[in-house]
Amino acid sequence: MFLHSILSTLIFLPISGGVAILAFSNEHQGRRAKLIALISSLLSISLCFLLYYRFDLTLPTMQFQESSVWIQPLNIYYFLGIDGISLPMILLTCFITLLVVLDAWHTIHEKITQYLAAFLIMQGIIVGVFSALDSILFYVFWEAMLIPMYLAIGIWGSQNRFYASIKFFIYTFFGSALMLVALLYLRYKANSFSILDFYSVQLNMLPQTLIFFAFLLAFAIKIPMFPVHTWLPDAHTEAPAGGSVILAAIMLKIGAYGFLRFSFPIVPDACKHFDLLLIILSLFAIIYIGFIAIIQKDMKRLIAYSSIAHMGFVTLGCFSIYRIVEHSKNISAALMSIEGAMVQMVSHGFSSAALFLGVGILYHQLHTRLIKDYGGVANTMPVFAAFFMLFMMANVGLPGTSGFVGEFMVILSSFQANPWIAFLATSTVVLSAAYSLWMYKRVFYGKVANTTISHLKDIKMIDMANFSLLTLMILGLGLYPDSLLKILHPTIEHLLTLSLQSKLI
Amino acid sequence: MEQLIKYMTIAIITLPLLGSLVSGLFGKKIGTTWSHRLTIFYVFISFLLSICISKWILIEHLGPFNLNIYNWGITGHFTFEAGFLIDPLTCIMLLVVTFVSLLVHIYSIGYMQDDPGYQRFFSYVSLFTFAMLALITANNFLQLFFGWEGVGLVSYLLIGFWFNKESAVEGSLKAFLVNRVGDFGFLLGIALILMTFHSISYIPIFNHVSEASHETISIFSNHPWSVITVICILLFIGAMGKSAQIPLHVWLPESMEGPTPISALIHAATMVTAGIYMIARMSPLYHLSSTASSFVLIIGATGALFTGLVAIVQNDIKRVIAYSTLSQLGYMMAALGAQAYAAAIFHLGTHACFKALLFLAAGSVIIAMHHEQDMRKMGGLWKIMPITYFTYLIGSFALCAIPPFSGFYSKDAIIEAVHHATLTGAHYAYFCVLFGSFITGFYTFRSLFLTFHQKPRYDVSHHHPHESPWVIWLPLVLLAIPSFFIGGIFVKSFLYDGQGLLGTSVVFHNFLNANATAVNLIEESIHSPPLWFALSGILFAWICYIVAPGLPGFFVKVFSIFYTLLIKKYGFDDFNKIVFVDGSKIMANSFYQTGDQAVIDNFFVNGSGRFIVLISKLGKKIQSGFLYHYSLIMTFGLLVFLILILWY
Repeated sequence: MFLHSILSTLIFLPISGGVAILAFSNEHQGRRAKLIALISSLLSISLCFLLYYRFDLTLPTMQFQESSVWIQPLNIYYFLGIDGISLPMILLTCFITLLVVLDAWHTIHEKITQYLAAFLIMQGIIVGVFSALDSILFYVFWEAMLIPMYLAIGIWGSQNRFYASIKFFIYTFFGSALMLVALLYLRYKANSFSILDFYSVQLNMLPQTLIFFAFLLAFAIKIPMFPVHTWLPDAHTEAPAGGSVILAAIMLKIGAYGFLRFSFPIVPDACKHFDLLLIILSLFAIIYIGFIAIIQKDMKRLIAYSSIAHMGFVTLGCFSIYRIVEHSKNISAALMSIEGAMVQMVSHGFSSAALFLGVGILYHQLHTRLIKDYGGVANTMPVFAAFFMLFMMANVGLPGTSGFVGEFMVILSSFQANPWIAFLATSTVVLSAAYSLWMYKRVFYGKVANTTISHLKDIKMIDMANFSLLTLMILGLGLYPDSLLKILHPTIEHLLTLSLQSKLI
Repeated sequence: MEQLIKYMTIAIITLPLLGSLVSGLFGKKIGTTWSHRLTIFYVFISFLLSICISKWILIEHLGPFNLNIYNWGITGHFTFEAGFLIDPLTCIMLLVVTFVSLLVHIYSIGYMQDDPGYQRFFSYVSLFTFAMLALITANNFLQLFFGWEGVGLVSYLLIGFWFNKESAVEGSLKAFLVNRVGDFGFLLGIALILMTFHSISYIPIFNHVSEASHETISIFSNHPWSVITVICILLFIGAMGKSAQIPLHVWLPESMEGPTPISALIHAATMVTAGIYMIARMSPLYHLSSTASSFVLIIGATGALFTGLVAIVQNDIKRVIAYSTLSQLGYMMAALGAQAYAAAIFHLGTHACFKALLFLAAGSVIIAMHHEQDMRKMGGLWKIMPITYFTYLIGSFALCAIPPFSGFYSKDAIIEAVHHATLTGAHYAYFCVLFGSFITGFYTFRSLFLTFHQKPRYDVSHHHPHESPWVIWLPLVLLAIPSFFIGGIFVKSFLYDGQGLLGTSVVFHNFLNANATAVNLIEESIHSPPLWFALSGILFAWICYIVAPGLPGFFVKVFSIFYTLLIKKYGFDDFNKIVFVDGSKIMANSFYQTGDQAVIDNFFVNGSGRFIVLISKLGKKIQSGFLYHYSLIMTFGLLVFLILILWY
C-alpha cells in the first residue's frame, strides 16, 4: 500500500517539512529548523533506498505509477511514475538536498528557517518534475521550481543579487511559455494530457518542427546551451552556496531530462532533421565556453562556465545518436551515447555540487570569490585542499572519478558519428584541465598570499562528512559505473526505439 | 593457478594503494617512521610477489593469463572491463617498477628527512606505484588509460610537491597540460579502436588485427587512410605526451622541480616509459603499419639527437640527466619505430636501472651541497663522496653504452636495428642515433667531470660536504649492480634466443644473427662505429673539462648562434608560451568580451529588456488620459477599417 504512494511521499514529505519549518520555528529557533530539515532529508534518502531497492531493473515501463483525477473537466490527472531515466535524477535530488541542509549548518546565519524551508520545498517540487507523467502536472512543477530558487538568489545572494534573480526568472520563464503551447497542441492531437499518450501521436514535419523548437527553447535555456546560457553565470555567482549547488547539480539536468522525456519520443523526425544544429551548439558549449572559463576571474563564474561546457557533453551525447546509427548501422554505439549523456548528468551533479560547496566554504571565511584574493590556501587548509583537488580532478574528467565516465562514453560513441565531432569534443581534455588546474594553482598553491589567508581555518567535521559523501559517490561512480548503467539499460533501449521510429503520417 | 595469479596480481596492485591511503589519511597519527615503514613494507611485498609471478611466466613459461576482475560497465554490445594480462612483457615491467619503486622508497627516507610533507610524500609515491602497476597489468585500454592518467596525476602532484615554490607549481601545471594534449590523441585512438574492433580489450584486438588491416577510413575529404595507421598514429600522440617525445617533450625538464627521488622514479625509470610500453604492447598493430612506424622512428630518432644536444649546455645537474632521459626515450622510440620491440623493452629495463642510479646519485650530491644543483658550484667531490662517485661513474658508463656495462647491450641493439631498418627515414634515423652516441658520451662525462673532478668551486670554508647516510647509498649500490650486470646476463635470452624472453607478447623481429652471446657482441662492437663514437665523446669531454678547461668558453664564442639555439632549447618554450598560452588567453578574452558580454548579454538579453522599456514608454505616450486623444484614435481606426473593407 505504502509503495503505491511512495512518489507522492517523496514529493510532499519535504514540502510539508518546509511548511512545518515555517510554521513551527521562528528566527531564533534555527536549531529546530535544522533538525526538521535534517530529519526530512534523511527520511527522503531512506525512501530513496527503498525506491531503488524495489525498482525493477528489467522493465522499460513506468513504475510506481500513481494516478488520480486532478481537474476533471480538462481531463488533467495527477499522474506519477518513474523509469530508468527519472530514478537516478530523483536519487540525485534527494542526495544533493541532504548536502545542502548539512552545508547550511554553519554557513547560513541569516533567516536560516526560511532558507531551509525554501530548499526543502524545492526538493519536493523537483522530485515532482522528474516523476510527473501528466504534462500539465509537469508544467506546474516546472514553473513552481522557479519560485524558491528565485527567492534563494534574491534573499541570500550577494551584492548583485537582484539583477541575477530577475534575469534568472525572466530568462527561464520566457523559455517555457512556448512549451505550454506545444503541450496544448499535443493535448488536442492525443486527446489526453498524459505524456505517455503523446508518444503515440503521429505528426507531420511542420508541427513536429514547431513543437521541436518550442521544446528546444525551454530546455536549451534550462540546460543551458550556447547561446542562451548567459543567465547561468550571473545566477551562480550571486546565489548562496546551496542555491548554486541545487542549480548546477539538479536544475540544469531538468533541461536534458526534458529532451529525453519529450523531444526524442514525441518529435523524433524533427530531432533527426535538426540534429546537426544541436551537435554544433553542443560543440560550441564545449569549446567556446571552455575557453571562456579559462579567463574567468571569479571562482563561481568559472565553475558556472565549466558547468555549461560539461552539459555540452550531455546534449552532444543525446543528439549524435542519429548520425551514429546512420554510420555504424547498429544501435550499440547510440545506446552508449545516450547512456553516456545520462552518466554525465549524474556525475556533473556530484562534481559541481562539490565544487560549489567548496567555494562556499572559502567565501564564508573570506567574503570574496575573486581568484586574485587567494593564494597558498593549501598551507592553512590542507584537508580542504586535498578534497578540492579530488573534486577538481572529477571536473577534469580523470579516469577513476565519475567525471571521466560520461565524457569517455560520449567521445567514444560520437567518434562513430563522425571522427571530427569526436575530435572537437575531445578538446575538453585540454580545456577542462587548463581552467580547473590553473584556478586550483592560483587559489591553493604558492606562498600564503595575505594575512587573511593565514587566518583561514580548515574545514569542520560536518563539511568533512559532506565532502566524504561526495568523494564516495564520485569514486564509486568512477570505478563502477555499471551500478548506474544497469538502471538505464531497459529504459534507454526503449527510448532509442521510440526516437528512431518515424512519426510522419 | 589462474585464480592464484589473479589474487596475487590484485595484491601487487592494491598493497601500494593501501600504503598510500594509510600514509595519506592517517599519516599524522602514525608518525613519520611508521609511514615509511608501512609503505616500504607494502611495496616490498609487491616486489616479492612480482618476482614470484615472473618466475612462473618467464622461466617456467606459464601463461599468458588473461584475467577479468569485474565489468566496469556494459552498454549496448560493448563491455568495458577491468582485468589483467599477465605475460612476459607485463612481468618485466612489474619487476622494473616494483624494484625501482622499492629503492626509491628507501632512498626517500634519507632524502625527505625533516620535510614537513614527509607522510604526504610517501603517500604520493605509493599512489604512483599503484597507478603504474594498474597501467602495466591492464588487459584493456580502459584500465591502461586509468593508470595512464593516474600516473599523470601523481606526477603532477609530485612535481608541485613543494607548492610554495612558484617554479614547481608552474612546472606541474605544464606537465599536466602537455600530457593532456597527448591524451587528446590517445582518447581518439581508443575511440577508433572501439569502432574498428568493437572492443577495447587487447586479446580481441589482436585476434582481429588481420581482418582490420584492410579497412580504411576517410578523414580528410575522400582520401582513404588505413585504419591501423590512423590508430597507431593517434596512440603514438598519447605516447608522445607521456614519454616526452618532440614536440610534447617540453614538460620533462620542468618536472625536475620536484624532489629528486621522484625524478628518478617517475621521470626517468617508470612513468615516462609508459608510452614505450604501450607501443610495445600494441606491436601487432604497429607491425602492420609501415607509415606509422616510420613516423615513430623519425620522431624518436630526432628526439634522441636533438634533446641530447641541449643537455650539453645545461648547468643544473638534474637538467643534464633530464635531457639525457629525453634522448634515451628517443632511442627507445626509435627502436619501436624500427620495429625492434624487444630491443626497446630491453633498453627500457637497463635504462630504468642506470638512469634511476644517476638521478639518485645526483640527489646524493645535491644533499651534500645543501640543495645546490648548479654544477659550476661543485667539483672535486670524488674524494669526499666515493660511493656516490663510483656509482655515478658506473651509471655514466652504462648510459654511454660502454661494454660491458648493461647500457651497451641494449643501446647497441637499438642502433643496429635502426641501421637495418628499411622504412622511410631510416637513414636519417641512423645518423641521429649514431651521432647521438657521441653526444651522450660528451654530456655525461661533462657532468661527471664538472661535479666530481678538479678543484672544488664551492665555498670550502663554509661547506663541508660528506658522504650520504646508508639509506641513500644503499639504493645506489643496489642499482649499480644491475646497471653493471643485467645487460650482459640477459642480452642473449632477451634478444638473440629465438622468440626470446618476451615470447609472443611482442612481435618478434629478427634483425641480427641468432647466435650472438655477450662476449662476441663486445668483440663485434670494437669493429663497429657506435662504440667509437661514444668513446670519442668521452674523450672530448675529458679534453674540454680536464685538460683544457678554457675550451668550452672558446666554443661558445665561436658557435654563439648554435649556443643560443641550445640555450633557448630550440625555442619550443617561447613558441608554446606565445602561441598557445597567450594566444588562447587572447582568444578566450575576445570570446568572453565580444561574444558573451557584448553580443549575447548586452545586445540580445539586456537589449530586449531595454527594447520593451522603450516600447512601453512609447505606448505610455498614447495613454495620455485625454478623451479627445482617444476619440481621435478611434476615428482614425474606424477610417482605416472602412477603407480596408471598401478596398476588398
